[in-house]
Amino acid sequence: MRSSYLVSIIVAGILFQLMSCKPKNTSNAVSGDAAIKSFVAPGKYDEFYNFVSGGFSGQMSVYGLPSGRLLRVIPVFSVDPEKGYGYSEESKPMLNTSHGFIPWDDLHHEDMSQTNGEIDGRWIFANANNTPRIARVDLTTFHTAEIIEIPNSAGNHSSPFITENSEYVVAGTRFSVPPDNENGDVPINSYKKNFKGSISFISVDKTTGGMSIAFQLRCPGVNFDLSHAGKGKSNGWFFFSCYNTEQANTLLEVNASQRDKDFIMAVNWKKAEEYLKAGKGKKEQVRYAHNVYNEKTHSATSEILTEVIVLDTKELKDICYFMPCPKSPHGCDVDPTGEYIVGSGKLAALVPVFSFDKIQKAIAAKDFIGDYDGIPVIKYESALYGEVKKPGLGPLHTEFDGKGNAYTTFFVSSEVVKWNIKDLKILDRVPTYYSPGHLSIPGGDTKKPNAKYMVVYNKITKDRYLPTGPELAQAAQIFDISGDKMQLILDFPTIGEPHYAQSVAADVIRNKSVKFYKLEESQHPFVSKGEGETKVVRKGNRVDISISAIRSHFVPDNIEGIKVGDEVYWHVTNIEQDWDVPHGFAIKGAPTAELLVMPGETQTLKWVPEKPGMYPFYCTDFCSALHQEMSGYVRVSGANSNTPLLFSTGTNLPPKDSSTAIR
Amino acid sequence: MTGVLNSRHTSLAFFPRNHSITFCMKWNPFIFSLVFFCVMTACNDAADSAASDSKSPAAVATTGGQENVMDDVSEKDIVKVAASSKDHTTLVSALKKADLVTSLSNAGPFTVFAPTNAAFDKLPPGTVEGLMKDDQKEALQNILQYHVALATLKAANLTDGQILGMVNGDNVTVTVKDGKILLNNSATIIASIPASNGIVHVIDGVLLPPAKK
Repeated sequence: MRSSYLVSIIVAGILFQLMSCKPKNTSNAVSGDAAIKSFVAPGKYDEFYNFVSGGFSGQMSVYGLPSGRLLRVIPVFSVDPEKGYGYSEESKPMLNTSHGFIPWDDLHHEDMSQTNGEIDGRWIFANANNTPRIARVDLTTFHTAEIIEIPNSAGNHSSPFITENSEYVVAGTRFSVPPDNENGDVPINSYKKNFKGSISFISVDKTTGGMSIAFQLRCPGVNFDLSHAGKGKSNGWFFFSCYNTEQANTLLEVNASQRDKDFIMAVNWKKAEEYLKAGKGKKEQVRYAHNVYNEKTHSATSEILTEVIVLDTKELKDICYFMPCPKSPHGCDVDPTGEYIVGSGKLAALVPVFSFDKIQKAIAAKDFIGDYDGIPVIKYESALYGEVKKPGLGPLHTEFDGKGNAYTTFFVSSEVVKWNIKDLKILDRVPTYYSPGHLSIPGGDTKKPNAKYMVVYNKITKDRYLPTGPELAQAAQIFDISGDKMQLILDFPTIGEPHYAQSVAADVIRNKSVKFYKLEESQHPFVSKGEGETKVVRKGNRVDISISAIRSHFVPDNIEGIKVGDEVYWHVTNIEQDWDVPHGFAIKGAPTAELLVMPGETQTLKWVPEKPGMYPFYCTDFCSALHQEMSGYVRVSGANSNTPLLFSTGTNLPPKDSSTAIR
Repeated sequence: MTGVLNSRHTSLAFFPRNHSITFCMKWNPFIFSLVFFCVMTACNDAADSAASDSKSPAAVATTGGQENVMDDVSEKDIVKVAASSKDHTTLVSALKKADLVTSLSNAGPFTVFAPTNAAFDKLPPGTVEGLMKDDQKEALQNILQYHVALATLKAANLTDGQILGMVNGDNVTVTVKDGKILLNNSATIIASIPASNGIVHVIDGVLLPPAKK
């Protein structure tokens, strides 16, 4: 052992001399026990689940910590032909919107459901940034269970942050726009007059997780960026960062960076609830989709809703307050005690920390410097606890360890800085590779962080991995933060562009994981609960094929009498009741994806054959030793043919006098 | 080498834990050897195989395969079906002795003709005991694999005169007579039990493979 180690040192030394030392911020600062700290032996489980947003991939990926092993990619806002998501008849309604079916979105942020300020492991919520939506993923199935569209909104960025008992998930608009029930066909430079900001409070059913828009706050037209709920003493309040308080409508790069300070908006949502109860809300006519996946029917339904209740924060004056925050704040993070609110001005040379107690005192004393579009603006010094001086360049996001420390990413200086919340002193700083955006500590935005690891999500990789042409992966880097100093132990490329992420101890989720769906409980209208229930039914041009899949055959596997132009629905039921035995289904020439059907599930592929001929279909998921045998044929005849409808498995044998290929 | 690693770094050759060093370069060989070293040294407490404990990077190897998967929700596989039968204790012991439990816990699909204890008892005295000896493992495997076909053959799929290719490479002939299914005209199927990875047909005799030519 020793000699092989020495050999590697020599090799390392030679490499070192060949490559020579790079500048500090591009070096690979890894210390000696990093490998053992991130090593999870084959067959062993990771300590944490890490749910990572996929950004422009529209999906959510699940990694293990500290190994960085990719466990699953959950399709949320983008179609996924691998899983049939957005292609199967059952899943298509999940991607319906008021604009029709949309196959893609940009998933930025995630927040897990909480009980008493702790992650309860039931659901994880995610936002669609482009066509505003919030999704809920069920953590027993790792399946997108619900998607709700957000009206009066555009660029749904400051979402889906959650209250400490999951009462509400919020969605704040990044791009202010004219409200949906007003004419949007107005000059763009009428922003100040016509454009409004909107913040939606989406209630979450305690039992089912079902979402509905409880109310919206009509706010001044600015860009709402990020947010976090108050907790503990500040439960009942929500905090949103805003930029572009200049209300620029063009070249924001320049024109939204004019003012010395923008705002953090403090929202008293308990007060908003009172106004709602008192009937102060106004109903507005809008259109938004609400899509729900039903685990019993294995099918999603989409409903267009037409009404939302709006509370005008200009009229109802004690819901919202602005706190000046230097230079286009991005991250807006609340410490585990709920007392400190950290605003990170992208262009600021300091990080301001606001005090909830001081904010309350300032509001009580009306310690305002004026108002902004009808919203009172608290005097900066009156809300401020203190400033972290010279922390780094380009602060973005902060997470907490529950031991009195905060960890802030700095995009421009490409580092993470650990600082003490009480004395605002900097304790440690480490470079990241390169240019971090978000970071995540397990429970790091809750009342109870479990701060063993911190994962930092980098926007730029350049030379970090083997090159793959112009398009490179983004990167996540895992740090051990159990000691005084942050220690880089591993990095790994990610799916899409990672933004915010959530992590939780594996035990919170793993034992609730569903192994398969119970066939006897299926309420799918075309389920085959056994091979005896399979059938092919023609009604005019529509043909419904209820087909079963089990190791290693389909029933039926010979089908004749399908005609050109028929609308054929393949309802594939996986009749296995065994863990990890999915069956796939694909048919030649079908201009769609495959189906991937879990045990006990029924999924449907629509197919309209265009030419007569012979069409094989087969199982796409290597299910068994006879997987290659798991296949069938469907014969397609001309539109006006008289080919009788026949279907069978194992009985359609050649006639005795038929010739064979062997002569 | 000189000038690359200072004395603080070289002290790492003895692997003090938590001793941090910094290389200004990429140094995978070092990491590999470190991991390897740690894995090797950690083998001492390999007995601790508790899942979800990544902080004891115990040995990689666990013996066996899917028969060890903890799953009391799924439909039973062939091994679990056999193991839950009081009439098949001889067969189950033989499968273990022949190292076939892992294979038969696999995805399949299998058809297993499962002789009852009584069927084994019909063999000449001492036969089973002889096959269970360490030096008879191949013979035992040959006999047991003669009872396994790779396909899910339901009773309805078995027809008179059908020849089944068994896993050991030999054939079994099916006879259907008076509604009964006989194999090699010697063993009768007396029950059929579906399993997640195939089917178990309980038979009243042991099938003996043809003598090797």
